[in-house]
Amino acid sequence: MVKDSSTQQLIKRISVNWSQLKMKYSSDQEYPDLSQHNNHMAKVLTPEIYESLRDKETPSGFTVDDVIQTGIDNPGHPFIMTVGCVAGDEETYEVFKELLDPVIEDRHGGYKPSDQHKTDLNPDNLQGGDDLDPDYVLSSRVRTGRSIRGFCLPPHCSRGERRAIENLSLESLDMLDGDLKGKYYALKNMSEEEQQQLIDDHFLFDKPVSPLLLASGMARDWPDGRGIWHNDNKTFLVWVNEEDHLRVISMQKGGNMKEVFNRFCTGLTKIEGLFKERSHEFMWNEHLGYVLTCPSNLGTGLRAGVHVKLPNVSKHDKFGDILKRLRLQKRGTGGVDTAAVGGVFDISNADRLGFSEVELVQMVVDGVNLLVDMEKKLEAGESIDDIIPEQK
Amino acid sequence: MPFGNTHNNFKLNYKVEDEFPDLSKHNNHMAKILTKELYGKIRDRQTPSGYTLDDVIQTGVDNPGHPFIMTVGCVAGDEESYEVFKELLDPVISDRHGGYKPSDKHKTDLNFENLKGGDDLDPNYVLSSRVRTGRSIKGFTLPPHNSRGERRAIEKLSVEALTSLDGEFKGKYYPLKSMTDAEQEQLISDHFLFDKPVSPLLTCAGMARDWPDGRGIMHNDNKTFLVWVNEEDHLRVISMQPGGNMREVFKRFCVGLQKIEEIFKKHNHGFMWNEHLGYILTCPSNLGTGLRGGVHVKLPKLSTHAKFDEILTRLRLQKRGTGGVDTASVGGVFDISNADRLGSSEVAQVQLVVDGVKLMVEMEKKLEKGEAIDSMIPAQK
Repeated sequence: MVKDSSTQQLIKRISVNWSQLKMKYSSDQEYPDLSQHNNHMAKVLTPEIYESLRDKETPSGFTVDDVIQTGIDNPGHPFIMTVGCVAGDEETYEVFKELLDPVIEDRHGGYKPSDQHKTDLNPDNLQGGDDLDPDYVLSSRVRTGRSIRGFCLPPHCSRGERRAIENLSLESLDMLDGDLKGKYYALKNMSEEEQQQLIDDHFLFDKPVSPLLLASGMARDWPDGRGIWHNDNKTFLVWVNEEDHLRVISMQKGGNMKEVFNRFCTGLTKIEGLFKERSHEFMWNEHLGYVLTCPSNLGTGLRAGVHVKLPNVSKHDKFGDILKRLRLQKRGTGGVDTAAVGGVFDISNADRLGFSEVELVQMVVDGVNLLVDMEKKLEAGESIDDIIPEQK
Repeated sequence: MPFGNTHNNFKLNYKVEDEFPDLSKHNNHMAKILTKELYGKIRDRQTPSGYTLDDVIQTGVDNPGHPFIMTVGCVAGDEESYEVFKELLDPVISDRHGGYKPSDKHKTDLNFENLKGGDDLDPNYVLSSRVRTGRSIKGFTLPPHNSRGERRAIEKLSVEALTSLDGEFKGKYYPLKSMTDAEQEQLISDHFLFDKPVSPLLTCAGMARDWPDGRGIMHNDNKTFLVWVNEEDHLRVISMQPGGNMREVFKRFCVGLQKIEEIFKKHNHGFMWNEHLGYILTCPSNLGTGLRGGVHVKLPKLSTHAKFDEILTRLRLQKRGTGGVDTASVGGVFDISNADRLGSSEVAQVQLVVDGVKLMVEMEKKLEKGEAIDSMIPAQK
């Protein structure tokens, strides 16, 4: 775990040739043009911060230019306020805290450098959640990411590191049993049939096309070291070496979020145990919770959501406001970069950091229950003004 | 400095076999040459600016092959890349440039008067003529690797040099990032505007970083001479005009290039050049002259002849679609240009185009009349 007192030890002055090259130019000459930009990094970065950070690197060699390249190359996104920076390893969050702390604060509702994050993966603490109306709630899903301590993250890892992560993951996931028993499909060895099946199951992840990911180097060497593991029941799924070392997903049709969350917590805890048996733990600290590639996923890294039919509520002029008050966000059913189709929305928690896993899933359960009640009222021609919630 | 892998301090902790890329599905020059042993031997080197082997090959790892062309699969990050990684790049160069050996010398000839003919390609068939090359400015790293500070310094130098040109070369510089909508529309209509690269061959090598910062286009008032700044090379210099007067195009090309070079030399930044590789450019395929002299020519009959490709090979020419390197031909109109870059001079290459296109137009005319062209098939040049 990284402690403040050893920060100075982590900050090496540049000794590698290529960064010395940049130092021949003044900070002003190197400072990016962010005048057309609208992302968290561009809002926070100043010439002073850049000057202060530009000669530093993490032990693995990640620099401030590596951190911000994706935000320079992608000025803004039509649907979402992007983060515009990534971590290349665990130490990035320490070495570049002058930039990343304000980004984290801006992104995570005022989260301060002194704040502590609470982790709670005990599914028994979730109240209700087993009875979201399946006439409206088509499917339920919980995902998170995990990084394996001791390796660099996807923007920066070498092929050797990535393959080591894959091997460790394979070995560990292979040991799962019961309803979690499953199989690993390496992207590069997949047969045509396997590929088609995974596409039909909506499990297959593709080489990233989003410039947000490409510009940070996460698609290098594709598909080497990447793969998908899923259980025989197709309700528990792990992506290896996509945007994070691991993405863990629990999902099923219908509205039984409790069962989904149960499986999620049980599975995650087992996986963590299996990694520990192999002397590898997950990156975690008490300030940032689980450490992931994108600062937006710090804390729980958790996105719990449903695909839900809200054709009436979604057209109500208070829809955006209601979601905000419930601390929820909407997406299209194709995922983060898409728009809604046919009144069906992907509704999930907006927060990641500063709330525990249980708290976030509770917000989704309670919020979706309310939204479905609102939908039913509007269908019946009734007003929903008296059930507009307070800000959570 | 494209992406992190390339300056990851921990990768040498992993064994060669764990770091060696999987090239089993690959078909590019790099993949044909690079072995695990070679990788192991040179993987811990870097050029003075810090460019590593993984930087050189990343684009070839990420792009296994291309449907129309045999890609190179590696790039240089600076002038020294060609020395520091010669164990890889010499065989790639040899494979790509018809057996060019490490001991061979390249001849530069930009004296347009040495070109014979070329002023009378039939404009009923030859729609336009164009000659382009690239130039790299000594003392800076190349587009896959350069920092924003470097790129801007290259732009500044280039703008000074280009805006001091006069006579038929007098023109204006349009930086991509401050172009007005009207300017942009005009440059698109003129077919001058270059866009942010979408080809993964370029984006995987890091050439699109910080777009559009430091990039721009200069063209003369007559719209016959054009320079791209900081796209795939520091400079791409283009002379072009409608019709078949390749001689005039080449003259303007040579004169303009030499004027530009003089100005850069005055600022103590000549072009990267050596007697083995000629002009040093980002892609090993463009070494030597970096020259592509070509025409857009109507060959609807000849192009469907069984021997079309063989004729092109014998004439040392290559065909492309009229959209450029990554495209297919439309309506029987082809982009025909020299296939060679290294080992023959600029004059020699343009001569091949002039002579070869003349012959092909005659073949086309014969086929139009229903006559055979067998007696005209050329010997291998």
